[in-house]
Amino acid sequence: MKRIVVALVVLAVLGGGLFWVLTSPMVLRAGTEPVPAGAPNLANGETLFNAGGCTSCHTTPGQEDRLRLGGGLALTSPFGTFHVPNISSHPADGIGAWTPAQFQRAMRAGVSPDGRHYYPSFPYTSYQRMSGADLRDLFAYLKTLPPVAGRIRDHELPFPFNVRRGLGLWKLAFLDGKVFQPDPGRGAAWNRGAYLVEGPAHCAECHSPRNPIGVIDPLRRFAGGPNPEGEGRVPNITQHPDALGPWSKEELVELLTTGFTPSFDSVGGSMASVVRNTARLPQADREAMADYLKSLPAVPPAP
Amino acid sequence: MTRILVAVLALAAGSAAVLAQSADPIAERKALMKSVGAATGTASRMVRGQAPFDLAKAKETFKTYQDVAAKMPSLYPENTKTGGDTSAAPKIWEDKAGFDAAFAKFAKDAAEASAKTTDEASFKAAFGPVAANCNSCHETYRIMR
Repeated sequence: MKRIVVALVVLAVLGGGLFWVLTSPMVLRAGTEPVPAGAPNLANGETLFNAGGCTSCHTTPGQEDRLRLGGGLALTSPFGTFHVPNISSHPADGIGAWTPAQFQRAMRAGVSPDGRHYYPSFPYTSYQRMSGADLRDLFAYLKTLPPVAGRIRDHELPFPFNVRRGLGLWKLAFLDGKVFQPDPGRGAAWNRGAYLVEGPAHCAECHSPRNPIGVIDPLRRFAGGPNPEGEGRVPNITQHPDALGPWSKEELVELLTTGFTPSFDSVGGSMASVVRNTARLPQADREAMADYLKSLPAVPPAP
Repeated sequence: MTRILVAVLALAAGSAAVLAQSADPIAERKALMKSVGAATGTASRMVRGQAPFDLAKAKETFKTYQDVAAKMPSLYPENTKTGGDTSAAPKIWEDKAGFDAAFAKFAKDAAEASAKTTDEASFKAAFGPVAANCNSCHETYRIMR
């Protein structure tokens, strides 16, 4: 009897130890690569800021100045409510005291400078595709934006989602740590579009259905589905005949520029805010995104 | 006798149609929004130089906007929050005053733009700010679909 108890205790300690090791942010190597040398390109950083739409989540709804990134948006999800943090250049409340290496680590591995896991509501699953030089430029641009004081409240998540450590297992399974690699069989514009759509613009994060543990269904990537934030549906943006199949490349560029569809309807909900960002991109980048979207296979929408 | 019967029937059918229309605010507001889309299409093609500028059509666009903006606020009774494949957001009923004010602003912007429009150049300058109302209002008061 005594032996069994001892064996159980040993097993429990081993199991707990294994969980502790596997869920440690230290086991994730992504984002620990050296930051590329060289002076940051602030104009490129601004382009990535607009492609990524940072301001759409990291500001308070209704806020006038889109460059004050004090956070405050409440993002509802099936896992609970996320309160989007302050990423302004404020040294104490924002990311003003971060190093470029810490920013790269956050964007690629979802790990904070103090070694905690971020939730994937911060879409590092897409940002991990971004190049080191682009992350360096984006960080330098963010540091030029005004500091905003004030910390945002903690997320409101029920057990077990409130255990940040558990995210370590999720990341080991679903965060591949791969930076975007161009397809040599495709042109420069297509590759630029693929990079923007899959990386900084993180289109798939909203326009794809997710399974019960929040992983994008790879077979229905970009096929839309019920809106996890509440009412309505997120549109299918594949080339399905009921989705973007009938749209011309020019019509896609128009949507990303003005928000108008081919029938001169104007997009609503969160997409209105996305378009305010894509409207500021260079025309060539919108065209590249349209090129890539036109190449997506037709996928029927999720039920 | 037959004629009278036919006339009565026609009248009955006609009034039933009128009743049906006003009894279906969701269908009515959708039809009005479609007319806004059509007017925006006409105007946008002129702005982009895809269609020749026509002062009467430009003015007609702004007139459509004003007419629709005047009719819309009454088409959102409490019992039309759902159904009829509507994309109206719950926010409309949570903030009816803000919703009505958005249409009032749209009508005012359209009237001012119309007054400023005298030729192609003035139309191109005036149209954009009015069309920006579509995006800003849809962001708050319409769900994604």
